[in-house]
Amino acid sequence: MSDAVLQTPRPFGWVQRLICLYGIVWRESLRFLHQRERFVSALVRPLVWLFIFAAGFRQTLGVSIIPPYDTYVLYEVYITPGLMAMIQLFNGMQSSLSMVYDREMGSMRMLLVSPAPRWFLLTSKLIAGVAVSILQVYAYLVIAYFWDIEPPTWWGYLTVLPALALSGLMLGSLGMLLSSLIKQLENFAGVMNFVIFPMFFASSALYPLWRVEQGSPWLARVCELNPFTHAVELIRFAFYGQVNWLALGVVAGCTVAFLGAAVIAYDPARGMLMRRGG
Amino acid sequence: MSATDIEPPKRIVSALSVENVSHRYGARVALDDVSFAVAPASFAVLLGLNGAGKSTLFSAITHLYASRSGTVRVFGHDVARESGAALSLLGVVFQQRTLDPDLSVEQNLAYHCALHGIGPREARALQTAELARVGLADRARDKARYLSGGQMRRVEIARALLHRPRMLLLDEPTAGLDIKARADILEVVRGLVADEGIGVLWTTHLVDEIRGDDHVVLLHKGRVLADGPSRDIVAAGGADSIGEAFTYLTGAGREEGES
Repeated sequence: MSDAVLQTPRPFGWVQRLICLYGIVWRESLRFLHQRERFVSALVRPLVWLFIFAAGFRQTLGVSIIPPYDTYVLYEVYITPGLMAMIQLFNGMQSSLSMVYDREMGSMRMLLVSPAPRWFLLTSKLIAGVAVSILQVYAYLVIAYFWDIEPPTWWGYLTVLPALALSGLMLGSLGMLLSSLIKQLENFAGVMNFVIFPMFFASSALYPLWRVEQGSPWLARVCELNPFTHAVELIRFAFYGQVNWLALGVVAGCTVAFLGAAVIAYDPARGMLMRRGG
Repeated sequence: MSATDIEPPKRIVSALSVENVSHRYGARVALDDVSFAVAPASFAVLLGLNGAGKSTLFSAITHLYASRSGTVRVFGHDVARESGAALSLLGVVFQQRTLDPDLSVEQNLAYHCALHGIGPREARALQTAELARVGLADRARDKARYLSGGQMRRVEIARALLHRPRMLLLDEPTAGLDIKARADILEVVRGLVADEGIGVLWTTHLVDEIRGDDHVVLLHKGRVLADGPSRDIVAAGGADSIGEAFTYLTGAGREEGES
């Protein structure tokens, strides 16, 4: 009988991995379609900022000519890249929340009994979340277009795509790292207070750094060190068909660091799962 | 045996072998040098009260986290070092409900197939076959949330079998189910052992699910108190039933632990 020898498992090569990645993205999109409220709220949030906050502030805040802009721009135009990054920031944190939820509900376990390597599973999950966040950003851009916010050429919509992919990966992997540190769902309010708000406000999303510098030089330093600032600038330049190399380097570096840490945190031998008792 | 033997005899490889596995959470010992094996095509029961360490053992076997010491093998594949090979031979039904309630039964199964690298065409054929096996072929398009508890469990068993595992783990699969649903599930799983030659490790604290010829591993406070055919354990304990033997053995374990 064949049981007398080693059972040979199915091979798990790159074709299988692609099927696996496809399945994870497919499930995430299905879940997204089932949660229309999540989509609507993800869209309403930046629009509230755009229609109300920016409209109120355009009179008080003057934005001078700074790269990548070569003319004076309206405040709405200035904060749009920041709002695009904000959509991704919320989305990244939301997927971290859903990973904690998945862990409590056991579907994380379903994912982790796949024979694919764990780093591959986590990266696939991350890519699925990024795909959803990019969808949300473009939905926002469609509405912003009717508010007269558009890139200098139509190419901007295309050139911003790789920037969004990279910034989405960075924010998503940060969320994934946090999800390994959060013990329970209730702690998400803490993430709001200690991660989302400081990252968003201490960045170049709402005001150019030279403005911050005038008010508080040390805060400007904090903003410069904030990876979210670089995500915003990467998107801002890409939307205008340009590359901000410093931002690109920082965002790429942070992505590698956050993702690496998340993979270690979910590693069977070292990770947080062990301490919790699963 | 001399060292000059050219061809080593083929040894019977266990479907699942747990070798000297220990695990602790901080100071609390969850598993203390646990060893046992499940033969291919056999029905083994992991019997223990809540808190005996069954869930921790499950996590170690499915490689959710590595045990601090010891080895777990599935058909000879070490789950820590060859986790891909081991996991592809392993089917798992977790104690928690892990179907996505908003997705249809079909979609839940398709997701699992994808996770195991099974392409869509093959996946469809497997899904149809496995749903028919558990008697739910007509519910394929229903959302999982509209199934009863027993039906969800059967779908989870169908799902665990999609990638043709040779070893099936079930963690308290009958918890919270009525008598009829429990009997149905037990019948399906015993059928797998008899017809497909799948090795099964069935976790429970309910002694009435055990038959005389089942292999029983009695886990109590992280230690294996008894390991063997149910009727031998009953005989050795001088008891009339496995339930009595269980009470006797765990009672003895407690006194020993306190002294």
